[in-house]
Amino acid sequence: MTDPHPAAAPSSGSSQPTSLLSAAPPRRAFLARFQRWEWMLVGLIALVVVLNSQLSPYFLDARNLSRTSSDFMEIGLMMLPMVFIIITGGIDLSVASNLAMCASFMGWLFMRGVPIWPAALAALLLGAAGGLFNGLLVARVKLPPLVVTLGTYAFYRGIAYVLLGDQAARGYPAAFTFIGQGKLPNTLIPFSVALFIVLAIVFGLVLHKTTFGRYLFAIGNNENATAYSGVPVARIKIAVYTISGLMAGLAGIVLAARFGSTRPDIGLGLELAVITAAVLGGVDINGGVGTMGGAVLSLLLIGLLRFGMGLLNIQGQVQGMVIGLLLILSILLPNIVRNLSARSGRGQRQSLAQAALLAGALALFVLFFFWSRAQVLGAG
Amino acid sequence: MSAQQTPARRPNLLALVARYREAGIGIFILVLAVLVTLRAPAFLTVDNFRSILLNISILSIVALAQTMVIITKGIDLSVGSIIGLVAMMVAFVFKASPDFPVIVALPLGMALGAALGAFNGLVISYGRVPPIIATLGTLSIYRGLVFFYSQGTWINSFELPAAFKQLSKGTPLGLPNMVIIAIVFAVVVYFFLNHTRTGRNIYAVGSNAEAAQMAGIRRQRIIFLVYVLSGLASGLAAVLWASRFESAQTNTALGFELQTVAASVVGGVSISGGVGTVPGVLLGALLLGAIDNSLPLLRISPFWQLALQGLLILTAVVVDNLILRRAQRRRRR
Repeated sequence: MTDPHPAAAPSSGSSQPTSLLSAAPPRRAFLARFQRWEWMLVGLIALVVVLNSQLSPYFLDARNLSRTSSDFMEIGLMMLPMVFIIITGGIDLSVASNLAMCASFMGWLFMRGVPIWPAALAALLLGAAGGLFNGLLVARVKLPPLVVTLGTYAFYRGIAYVLLGDQAARGYPAAFTFIGQGKLPNTLIPFSVALFIVLAIVFGLVLHKTTFGRYLFAIGNNENATAYSGVPVARIKIAVYTISGLMAGLAGIVLAARFGSTRPDIGLGLELAVITAAVLGGVDINGGVGTMGGAVLSLLLIGLLRFGMGLLNIQGQVQGMVIGLLLILSILLPNIVRNLSARSGRGQRQSLAQAALLAGALALFVLFFFWSRAQVLGAG
Repeated sequence: MSAQQTPARRPNLLALVARYREAGIGIFILVLAVLVTLRAPAFLTVDNFRSILLNISILSIVALAQTMVIITKGIDLSVGSIIGLVAMMVAFVFKASPDFPVIVALPLGMALGAALGAFNGLVISYGRVPPIIATLGTLSIYRGLVFFYSQGTWINSFELPAAFKQLSKGTPLGLPNMVIIAIVFAVVVYFFLNHTRTGRNIYAVGSNAEAAQMAGIRRQRIIFLVYVLSGLASGLAAVLWASRFESAQTNTALGFELQTVAASVVGGVSISGGVGTVPGVLLGALLLGAIDNSLPLLRISPFWQLALQGLLILTAVVVDNLILRRAQRRRRR
């Protein structure tokens, strides 16, 4: 496996030269990157498609693929701005909670007689406001993004519960549920997928073809140097968190439309899926590195993997296990390869002994795991 | 990267903040207690205090371990899943052999948890995977293992021996065993962090990793160690959890990692590493527990609980930041 984060040296470099701002992106480097991680993802996708179509006759069915593709669009919509945020060196753990807050607010308004479209617009605005709040705390008060968005992760989800309690908002009109359930006329392409594709192209162009996008990479590589170069760092950070909130609101509308109802636990845990998709796509969690193409490919990979496992009747939680393993391996394997090639002879015996000890402990755990399981469930 | 600009000043300043913080949370808890008691006298009774202690025992054990991880600039998001998996495994053991000695359950749970924590530590310290990514991955992996292990089944109260259920709730020493275990754990962690070389090294690695390395501290080992300890504490918590709630479910402790981080952060632990005290974290856990406890007494809908927790985290970090800035300004004069 090749390295998804070529610039992420062990001591996550904060000393990139400032030429990032002036120079045009070196084209060869971009192609070289694409040849490494993105092609790796393409290869994995091909492997998954081939394997799955061998294992299940239902995999390569256009109708099935069309139906399952819309399952991942909310994750995708939130992943687009998450790529921005992670490239600036930040993180947004609150997206799924913001989604729930917006969807619940929309449902709450709707249950009180507000027509659905104004309610949806209000939800979008609330999402942007939630993102703006994150952005202000991160960029103006200068708090760590992890803590800020952990706080709003609880706060926004809490608002959703306060608004709807144990109730569900339902009865949305068909024109609204079309957003989540409808297909483009005369095609099998779901509306939400078309929406995602358009937005993915927009976000990709902004990231890779505009000054704003260059600034995002510059901030992630060296925030202080970028600020001293006259870039309005705080305003850009506030902007990306606000965009993230807006997209969470949009994802909330799409998800509520797909379900046809809203409950306050809507989208619980999706933030992990969003971050996983971005990082698996080669976006470096330390900031400064990543492509929109890679993130979209990894979303496709995750979607196809989960769909294939679903057809094989593998439980959702166990599917999550495979994705989690893939996430860790995508960073671990390149690091191991680098470590092995850089390892000197000294101290090797001691670390070998430690490794043996550790392997023994983990092996004991695995043995106990299967033994105790067999005690209750039998050998199966 | 401000740590590199003011390497000498920062620890002192943050220690100052931590001291302010403990007093601050203490006063906050007292004010809250008075206000709640005015409206609901049942709050200030021995029985209620005992129930708060019972409720925060598990939280404080895991939050203390989480604190050690955060001091090294890490985070362990997998604690909830470790608790879920170990609780299920221990419950399976007792279902299969009800005569299994109850006292062995605690070390068994700790060993199982430590093994899971060792995997985290291995991936993070030697594999150099960022902690948030590694534990995000194992959060899914360990939770998936719970489903794989139990085939989606639950262990219910009637399937567990009475002795095991009494393990957490019995009161041979006056207080419930669980509370005593939490107190002993807190004392051990306090001694470890403040009076052992390894414990001090945890702070050193967190406040300035390069300086620690130059001082001869084996950074990778320390980082590996804190994740093992975090797993161990989660394993201990898992046994108490299964015993207290008399069941093991596939969603046991789902989302618990948030509360452990919340207790640490509210207790004055800095997410940028190097700072955090045992008394602060215990007060943080106590504050979270007191709020949860007072909501039903005040007849406030339990649906407010999560929103209040979030607000509390945000308030705590904003206040920290303000104190830190004021202290910095005073320093400069």
